This record gives sequence, C-alpha cells and structure tokens, in this order.
Amino acid sequence: MKKVLEVRGLTKFHGRGCAHCIDSTGPEMDTNICAHCGSVVAAHDVSFDLHAGEILGIMGESGSGKSTVVKTLFFDDAPSAGESLFFHDECQWDLFNLNAAEQRWLRNHRFGMVYQNPHLGLNFNVSAGGNIAERLLMNDLSHYGEIRERARLLLSRTEVLPERMDESPRTFSGGMQQRVQIAKALATQPPLLFLDEVTTGLDLSVQARILDLILEIQQELGTAMVVVTHDLGVIRLLAGRTLVMKYGRVIESGLTDQILEDPQHAYTQRLVASAL
Amino acid sequence: MQPILKTEGLCKQFLLHDQNKLIPSCANVDLEVYSGELSALVGPTGAGKSSVLKCIYRTYLPTTGRLLYRDAAGHVIDLASTSEHRMLALRHAEIGFVTQFLHCLPRKSALDVVAEPLLARGETREHAHSKARHLLDLLNVPERLWGVPPATFSGGEKQRINLARGLIARPRLLLLDEPTASLDPGTTDRVVDLLQSIKQEGVAMLAIFHHPELVRRLADRVVELTPPVAVTDLLETCA
Repeated sequence: MKKVLEVRGLTKFHGRGCAHCIDSTGPEMDTNICAHCGSVVAAHDVSFDLHAGEILGIMGESGSGKSTVVKTLFFDDAPSAGESLFFHDECQWDLFNLNAAEQRWLRNHRFGMVYQNPHLGLNFNVSAGGNIAERLLMNDLSHYGEIRERARLLLSRTEVLPERMDESPRTFSGGMQQRVQIAKALATQPPLLFLDEVTTGLDLSVQARILDLILEIQQELGTAMVVVTHDLGVIRLLAGRTLVMKYGRVIESGLTDQILEDPQHAYTQRLVASAL
Repeated sequence: MQPILKTEGLCKQFLLHDQNKLIPSCANVDLEVYSGELSALVGPTGAGKSSVLKCIYRTYLPTTGRLLYRDAAGHVIDLASTSEHRMLALRHAEIGFVTQFLHCLPRKSALDVVAEPLLARGETREHAHSKARHLLDLLNVPERLWGVPPATFSGGEKQRINLARGLIARPRLLLLDEPTASLDPGTTDRVVDLLQSIKQEGVAMLAIFHHPELVRRLADRVVELTPPVAVTDLLETCA
C-alpha cells in the first residue's frame, strides 16, 4: 500500500510557550494549559502514517487537539513544530515548509476538507452550484457549460436536488449543507480528504445517510481520509485505524476494533464503557 | 509440513484501570494450525477460547507470546507485533474471522453484506453477488431474505450470513467462533459439508465448537484450554 501522508511530531502551541509547557500539560497533568505561562498546548508530538484508500479516525473529546491536527495539515493553522510529508504521483511535498502559493495549490487541487460548521467550508453569498464552480475554476476548468454539468453531477451524487443548485446554501437544511460541502470537497477528486466532526449535531437518520455516502465515496474513489470525531459510532463505522487523543497527546492508537474491544488506556476504557 | 500458524506461550490479561483489576483470560497457549486442516479449541466457558481467536486477529492485543503466521509469500510474521497496516492487509487478503455475532451496516442487504469482502478486493458486483447467492443457497438461507438487511434476522439466519461472509473470499486461515451455535441439525450438516469442502481446498481453520460431536467430525487436531486462576486485585499483587 502506498503512503499518502506521514506526520511526525506535530505540535501546536497557543501562546508564547515556556520551558515547562510540555512537562506541565497532558493527560497525566489533567490539563492542556501550562501552569507556568498560561499557554495552551493544543497538540504535542502527534505522529501517524496514512495509506492510500485508508480511513484513519482521530477520536477524543472537545479540547483534545483532534481538530488542531487536521487544521494544521489543511493549512488553516500553522504548527509550532513537527514535520509532515504528502505523497502523490511520485512527488512529495514537505507540507510545513511550503510558501503560501504552494499551500493554496495543494488545498485547491489535492486536498479536500469538510468542516463541522458549513459556514467555514461554504460561501453563503453564492449558490450551491457556484460553491462547487469556484473550486472547479481553480482547477483550470473554465467552460461554463462544462462546469455547470460537473457541479450538477457532483450534487446529484451527494443527493442534493439539482433543481436547487442555484439557491444559496443558506436556505438548506444542515444535512444538505454538509452534502454540498462534501460535493465541493470532492469536485477535484482529491486523494486526501479531511472530515472534521461532519455529522455532529445532525439528526440520526441524516447522520446515517451522510456516513453511508462517505463510505461509498471511499470505495468508489479510494480517497484516503482523516476523520475527526468524538462519536464512537462514527469511528466504528468508518475508520480502520484510530488514534485516541486527550489534552493534546495521542494516548493510544491501534486497529479500530482493538481500540473499541480491548482499550489499553484508562481514559479510552472509560470512554468505551460510557458509549450508549 | 510447516504450520501456517503457530502460537508460542500466548497469554492474554485485561487490565481494568478504573477497578484496579487484572482479569486473566487465556494463558500459555501453544497450538499449531496447518493448511487443509482444522484445529479445534476446546475447554470450559471462561478458558479464553474466544480470546485466542481475537488475539490472532488483533481485536485483542496479546499480553505475551508469539503468534507466528506464515503468509502466502512464505514470510513468517509475528501477528502480535506486526504493524497495523500489515495486519489490515492480512485481514483483507489472507485471514478471515467468523465471529459469534454479526456486526454490519444496518442499511445493507444480506447479499451486499456477504459480497462485501469480494467487492473490497475489487471484484465486479455481478461476480461477487453471484458467488454470494451460491453460498446463501448452500447454507439454506431463504431467497426472500437476500435483499433485506440482516438486522431483523433470527440468530440462526444471522449466523449463516456471517459464515457466508467469512467463507466467500476463501481466506488462507479462517478463525471460527462457534459457527453453528444456533443452527438446527439439518443446517449444521450443511455447514459441516461446506467446511469439509473448503478444508479440501487447503484452507487452514482454527475453530471453537459448541458440540463435541462437531469436533469429532471436523477436527484434525484438538487444543485443550484450562481456565485461568481467579481475578487478582492489582493492589494485592503489588503489595
């Protein structure tokens, strides 16, 4: 299996940081705020590999640093330390040493992101179809009819009524907004997709259909995905391997069924035991 | 002949942090499984039979011991310590597991559930479905159920779906956890015939059976497990 992403020692501080930040935060210290300087250690020493077509789950509660990891990889946030390599078509990119133009190119051409909050992933001032067209335009597709046709196809693939493609996503339900986000992220058929709590806050039936859609896409296109969630059910359904995070640290990792049936860390044991 | 799987001193304990307890499961399990043979795990409830299978499949992390698996290319891999990606690749292509319970997407038809391992290997939908139909028919699953999600099936029906799903991709090593526990005698005979035939095809099997009768009919080797000593309190052991 080909490696798509290699992350080593990814670290993110909010604040000026001091010599004691690492020692005074983490699961053992029961906090991610440094007692000496007040900095927040959002993520520290996160490492993993992602292979082509694989879904990796990152599980943890609010403030565990799971979103920080995907935000830095998608260039929404700059890391404080660490290295990350992206591999595609015999090329490799050193993600944290690219200039802004190179980062933008990767975001638009090779990566996709679906946020929990549709406002972050969609432009509500243009239509659903326009949101997708924006991404296609950045990928050097410029024929109006062609773009419109592609957008229509993508929206119907993600089960958004094509009749509504000229409306703003503002008028859509939460589940539909997520579908438009997914269609937009997939527009360039990216080899790597980040999903940040994409089903949180949706009705159960809507969640189920979105998760089915994600699985179908993964099987059809072989897209590698990093799925961030606090929901054990989402992890069980989607992820082959899982990292568990707490206070910015990866406390355990393994095959998903092993994490759920034979969790090693006290925190994971409590988490699994409290699942509904 | 070289075994396809050989365990050495396999031991599994569960450390429950919140209760500060160490729960022993299986201990010092040494067994061998050969291609074209079935090894049966026997022993009373609580002897850790299922744990052995789950350790081999990496659903449980073995506490100590080696699980030496000879893969299709002839390499010997310790399943207890091999990488997660290697383990996933082996599950995908070589090692199958028929568990007691069916875990699957609640919105997939029985036919899709059974065909899935073949689809995951990139076979066409038609081919995968035709093989799935053949197996469901062999296992006496009524045709009216094939298009329905198995969530509402009876225990015996679910079990046969699970079995068909485990057999469809013809793994090199198949782990079976009581595959006939809730089947009637007629259907059990069909399962026995099916297991006999895949044994002849060279599949290696490690199985737990409810009935001694099935061990007698199917097993080439028998491995007996004894229950571990009682739960120990961590504080006591440390003191």
